Amino acid sequence: MTTRKDLTVGEALRTQGISRRGFLKFCAATASMMALPPSSIPAIAAALEKARRPSVIWLSFQECTGCTESLTRSHAPSIEGLIFNVISLDYHHTLQAASGDAAEEARHTAMKENDGKYIVVVDGSIPVKDGGVYSTIAGMTNLEILKETVAGAAAVIAVGSCAAFGGLPAANPNPTGAVSVSELVKDKPVVNIPGCPPIPVVISGVIAHFLTFGLPELDNLGRPKAFYGTSIHDRCYRRPFYDKGLFAETFDDEGAKKGWCLYKLGCKGPTTYNACATMKWNNGTSFPIEAGHGCIGCSEPQFWDAGGFYKALAEPTGNFTTTAGVAVAAGAALGAASGLLNRNKQKQAGAEHETVTADNLEKEQTS
Amino acid sequence: MNEVNFLLWVRGIGFDIALAIFVFGIMLRFMEILWLGRKPELAAVRGNGVASGMRTVFSRFLPADSNTLKRSLFMVVAGYGFHIGLFVVIFLFAPHAELIESVTGLSWPTLPSPIVDFFTVLTMLALMALLWRRLTHPVLRFLSTGEDYLMLLLTFLPVLTGYMAFHHLFLSYGWMLGLHILSVELLLIVIPFTKLIHMFTLFMARWYSGFMAGQKGVQS
Amino acid sequence: MSHLTDIPVALENLPSTHNVTPLLNEVRHALQALLTTGEATQIDLRSIPLSDRDVAQIQDALGVGEVEIQINALGPSMIKETTFAGVWWVEHRNSSNELTGRYIEITPVPDIVPSAMSDIQDGLERLNRRVE
Ligand code: SF4
Ligand code: SF4
Repeated sequence: MTTRKDLTVGEALRTQGISRRGFLKFCAATASMMALPPSSIPAIAAALEKARRPSVIWLSFQECTGCTESLTRSHAPSIEGLIFNVISLDYHHTLQAASGDAAEEARHTAMKENDGKYIVVVDGSIPVKDGGVYSTIAGMTNLEILKETVAGAAAVIAVGSCAAFGGLPAANPNPTGAVSVSELVKDKPVVNIPGCPPIPVVISGVIAHFLTFGLPELDNLGRPKAFYGTSIHDRCYRRPFYDKGLFAETFDDEGAKKGWCLYKLGCKGPTTYNACATMKWNNGTSFPIEAGHGCIGCSEPQFWDAGGFYKALAEPTGNFTTTAGVAVAAGAALGAASGLLNRNKQKQAGAEHETVTADNLEKEQTS
Repeated sequence: MNEVNFLLWVRGIGFDIALAIFVFGIMLRFMEILWLGRKPELAAVRGNGVASGMRTVFSRFLPADSNTLKRSLFMVVAGYGFHIGLFVVIFLFAPHAELIESVTGLSWPTLPSPIVDFFTVLTMLALMALLWRRLTHPVLRFLSTGEDYLMLLLTFLPVLTGYMAFHHLFLSYGWMLGLHILSVELLLIVIPFTKLIHMFTLFMARWYSGFMAGQKGVQS
Repeated sequence: MSHLTDIPVALENLPSTHNVTPLLNEVRHALQALLTTGEATQIDLRSIPLSDRDVAQIQDALGVGEVEIQINALGPSMIKETTFAGVWWVEHRNSSNELTGRYIEITPVPDIVPSAMSDIQDGLERLNRRVE
C-alpha cells in the first residue's frame, strides 16, 4: 500500500518488483477468481495493465468482523491478496492505522479526491429502529455514515450476508431493526456478496472484475452470476448419491462414513447459490459438505430463520401437530353432527313416505 | 416476496393451513358417511362378510373380465398408468418419503431419482391422454363437468411443477419448489370436498359391498 | 504445524465424480485442435468439481514426460510435460506454497515459460548499469 495512487495496476505491480511471469500468474489467479475460463487471461492482462487503482472505502456496521477475517486470514501473502495491494484501501476500521478524527479525516479526503469514482465496501447490516441509535461510529449513526459515504460512490459492494440481506442482526426478532444495504441504497449499483462469511476469493474476484471489466452481471438478488450462478447441489460431488437415493440418516451411520448425500440431515444445497462446491474453503482444501456437514444456506436471505439447519428441505417448518389435532377433532364433531342431521332427515322421509299400491298407480293412469 | 420468503411460507403456514383443512375435511366426510348408518340386515347370514370384504378391497384393483378389458383397453392402460405412476412419484421419491416421515413417523425405502423421473413422465403422459379422451369421446365429454377438468388440472400441476423443479426448468429451483409445494397444498385442500375423496372412500365402499355380498353368500 | 497441508489426511472412500473420462476426451480434442489449427487450450481443473481421487486419476492417466520446469515468481510454479507431448500439467502456488491454480495446458510450450520482452528489456538495462 506504499505505491502511488495515479499508477495503473500493471505499473503498481511492476514497481513492487513483480516480473511478467508473476504478472501472468496473477492474471491466471484473477481469471479463476472471476470464474472466467483461462482463455480470458490475455484480456485480463491487458485490462489490468491499464486499470487505475481504485480508492476503496470499507465501512463496517453491525458485523462480527468475520468477513474481514475471511479475507485477510485466508492466504496470507497470496496472489489474490495482491488485489488488495493494488487497490487503495483508504478507510477500514479494522485494518487502518489511523484512529479517531484522523480516520474520519481519511474517509472525507478519499471521498473528496475520488468523487464519483470510489468504491464503498460494506460489511454488516444497518440498524434503522429508533433513529438508528443502536450502532454509531464517531458520533454518527451507521445510517448517516452510509448515506454520506455512498453519495459520491461509483458503486457499493455489500460483503457478507449481513450487508447483503440483513443476516444475523436481522434474524427474528430483529431487535435493532437491521436492514441490508440494498434496502437503503437505491440510486447506486449495489453488488451483493453474501455468505457467512463469503468465500474470500469471491470478494477479491468481484473487485478484480470491477478493475478489469466493470460491474459483473448480477442475479435477481444482486449477486454476481459468475459465483452465485449455480446451486451447491448442482456442483456437489455427493450428487450421484442423491440421485441414487443413498442418504446418510445420522451423522455417524454407515452412509455418513461412505460419504452419502446429506439431504436428510438438513442440507440446504439444493436451494443455496454459492461457489463453495468448486472454489472451496481454506484455499481450496474442502468445503462443509466435504467435511460431512450439510450446507446451511448461508448465502441466501434469512438463512437463520429458514426453518432449522437440521430439518430436511422437504420437511414442513411449522408446528402442524396441534393445528392438525384441532382440525381432526373439529372435523369429527361437525361430521358427526351433520351425519346425525341427515339421518334424522332420512328417518323423517321414511316416516312421511306413503306406500304405493297397484291401485294407486292404476288410479293415476286413468285420471 | 422473494424466493426464500415464499418457500418459507409454503413450508410453514401454508402447509399448516392445507394440512388442517385436509384432515378436517376428511374427518367431516367420513363422519357424515358413517353416522348416516345402515338399515339393519334382516336376512340370515350365509357367509363370512369380513373376509369377503377384505378380499374385495384388493380384488377390485385388478381389471374385471377380459371382455371389459378389451372394450376399454385405453381407459385401463391410461388409468392404471396414471394411478401407479402417481403412487410411485408420491411415495417412493426420497424427499417425499422424508416429508411423510416427518409428519407421520412412518418410513420406507425409496427409489433412485431417475426411476421416479421416468414415472413422472409416465404420469403426465397418462394424464394428458385421459384429458384428450375426455375431450374427444362424445359420451364422456357430455358427462364431464367443470369439476372434472379442474381436478385433472389440480392433479397435473404438482406433477408438472415437481418435474420442472427437479430439472431446473423455467424458474430457479427455489421458486419452482415453492410452486410445487403450493400446488400440492391446493390439491390437499380440495381433496375432501371433491370427487378426489375417492382415494379414501373407495376402500370403505369396496369393503362394504364385499361384506354385503359375503353375508349373502354370493361372489362380489 | 504451519500449513494445512501438514495435517495428515487419508483419502478414503472419496467418491469419483465421473468427470475423469470426459476430461480426458477434452484433452484429446484439444490436442487434435493443436495439430490441425495450432490453437492452444488451457483447462482450469479447479473450475470442474473433482474429488482428490479424480485429480490423482487424471494425473496417473497423463503420466510424467520429459520436461519439468520450476518457476519462482510470486511463489513456486511447477510445469511438467506429460507422457503426451504437448500436454502440460501446470500448478501455481503462492509464497506459502498453497495451490492457487491447477491447469492442463495443451500447447507446444506454456505461455508463462518463455522470457517476456519487458523482462528482457529490464534485464538488459540492469546489465548495462552493471557493465558500464
Ligand atoms: S449433500 Fe446436499 S448439496 Fe450435496 S447432493 Fe446432497 S443435498 Fe445436494
Ligand atoms: S456450504 Fe452452504 S452454508 Fe456452507 S459456506 Fe457454502 S453456502 Fe454457506
